[in-house]
Amino acid sequence: MTRVGQPSTVAVGLVGAVVIGVVALLAATGFDVPLALTALVRGALGSWYAIGSATLVRSTPLILTGLAVALAFRAGVFNIGAEGQFLAGAAAGVAVALAGGQAHSWLLLVGVLFAGMIAGALWAGIAALLRLRFHVLEVISTIMLNFVAADIVSYLVRGPLQEPTHIYPQTETIATHAQLPRLGTTTRLHLGFVIAVLACLVAWWWIGFTAGGFRLRAVGANPHAARSAGQIDVDRVTTRAFLMSGAIAGLAGAVEVAGVTYALYENISPGYGYTAIAVALLARLNPAAVIGTGILFGALESGAAAMQRDAGVPSVVVSVVEAAIILALVGIERLRSRSNLATV
Amino acid sequence: MSSAAAAFLEAAVRTATPLSLAALGEVVVERAGVINIGLEGVVLAGAFGALVGATHFGVAGGFAVAVLSGTLVSLLFAAFVLLLRADQIITGTAISLFAVGLTGTLYRVLYGATGAALSIPTIGPLPIPGLASAPIVGSAFFNQPYPTYVAYALTPLIWWWMYRTQAGLALRAIGESPAAATAAGVRVDRAKLLAIIFGGAVGGLAGGTLVLAQAGTFAENMSAGRGFIAIAIVVLGRWNPLGVGAASLVFGAASALQFLLQALGLALPYQLFLALPYALTLAGLAGLAGRVRAPAALAQSEEAL
Repeated sequence: MTRVGQPSTVAVGLVGAVVIGVVALLAATGFDVPLALTALVRGALGSWYAIGSATLVRSTPLILTGLAVALAFRAGVFNIGAEGQFLAGAAAGVAVALAGGQAHSWLLLVGVLFAGMIAGALWAGIAALLRLRFHVLEVISTIMLNFVAADIVSYLVRGPLQEPTHIYPQTETIATHAQLPRLGTTTRLHLGFVIAVLACLVAWWWIGFTAGGFRLRAVGANPHAARSAGQIDVDRVTTRAFLMSGAIAGLAGAVEVAGVTYALYENISPGYGYTAIAVALLARLNPAAVIGTGILFGALESGAAAMQRDAGVPSVVVSVVEAAIILALVGIERLRSRSNLATV
Repeated sequence: MSSAAAAFLEAAVRTATPLSLAALGEVVVERAGVINIGLEGVVLAGAFGALVGATHFGVAGGFAVAVLSGTLVSLLFAAFVLLLRADQIITGTAISLFAVGLTGTLYRVLYGATGAALSIPTIGPLPIPGLASAPIVGSAFFNQPYPTYVAYALTPLIWWWMYRTQAGLALRAIGESPAAATAAGVRVDRAKLLAIIFGGAVGGLAGGTLVLAQAGTFAENMSAGRGFIAIAIVVLGRWNPLGVGAASLVFGAASALQFLLQALGLALPYQLFLALPYALTLAGLAGLAGRVRAPAALAQSEEAL
């Protein structure tokens, strides 16, 4: 089980240290730091509208993909492929929404979300099969599949799924009853955020309080001990965790198209699947904590977008922050204990 | 048709060059029991370093800064993996993300957000007298920019070093059993550090080749997965430098298939060709199942005894 030891204090301290470092970098390269920071905070937390329409909307896919990564890592599966599984889910969700556009029923929305989960699980399933049958490192295979998924989306939005006028590389807007309802009328926050939070809570309960969750933790902590002492079918547990992880990342994609974009296009994900790794690690692979770290990164990315708009600071600087957080966490954890990775 | 064949071979060798350089560095690293997933970041840093170096000091400076950048990024990886015993795969993933963010930020800060077409000095092909005039094959293999020849030279050189010298034997011993190597008097961490630095330098050169010998400019995230593909090539080459050289060429040829298919007039979606290298990597890795064995201690971060 995760070593608890005030993770929130450590997390806040880490983020603070990294932000100070980045601010120093920005000052050194000649940016108007007060203006940039004001924009960052205003863009993320400046108003109810910013919180609801920017931060929480942005954090929804991060929470779901972060949960996907956390589940896989807990089982010792290095799924770096949440990005590709997200794209698979988004593509499948839009395809179902467009195909069923005549169905005037909320069942269409359910179909969209399920299609996303199935597509994500299938996309992860390729890497799971390669790992199981051919002992291919899932780190490599999932990254390759991320690139392939991006190319497939590019093909779909310029080919079979392109909007009827064939001018823009994107699909038609999906029907209203395939869209996730908004929460209230004043912000863009949609039901997907609630789905993401519920998914995390269910996963937290499942991992911590069920036999299946125990097996997953045992395999992640020490597969050899789980096999010999616990009589656990390790391959079965890891494959199931891989598929669940893919399904959740696929759900993230479907939720994004049904709740935010209402269409499929290239670059629909600004790297959610990679940020997800930082989200999961900062939460110490605890599904409930993913809610908090997902919102934190959602705020950071929303703020960074405002920072680029108002102060000209490249928003890609967030990647540096994310990487620094991962490195700091991995380093600190190693200094504190020589424990197995899966208990990070 | 023969011109299409020549174009195909030329493209195959051109595509293979940066991949083989990065993979030749990584094979040394992996034989020492370390997997550097951050190779993608090393290549990207090399590409950006090449841009910065070439704008200030010309082509040679570009290559020098590329090698230096790759080395620095690999040193960051080494610090976490060797000093802190951090998990190699997570550290490597973070290093790649770090390189994407840092090069992207610096690129926009130094060269403007628009990324206006930068004109930097590049190198052209350097024909090898005699060999370059051989029909079809000659021009493809021996009329290339000089990093290609560096790859030609490094392939047998690393093989010889790895299998015919005491130091190479020690390196392979570390990858199989660090404890046994330590007991035999090998300084394990020192050897791993040197291997990682070498991998970083050659990976940086691979990035420099992309910019200075091929694209002639830098684009954000332009390594486009080549570092990851190079790691797969190490597996496809069965952790043997000669195999890695051959696997790089096969891979380059497969990626260059589009030139042949276009010459044949097949109307296929271009995304198919873009996805081909990645799909081929997966197919190749699956096809090798059960016939390769990784160094026994690969990716283990436990302390050597």
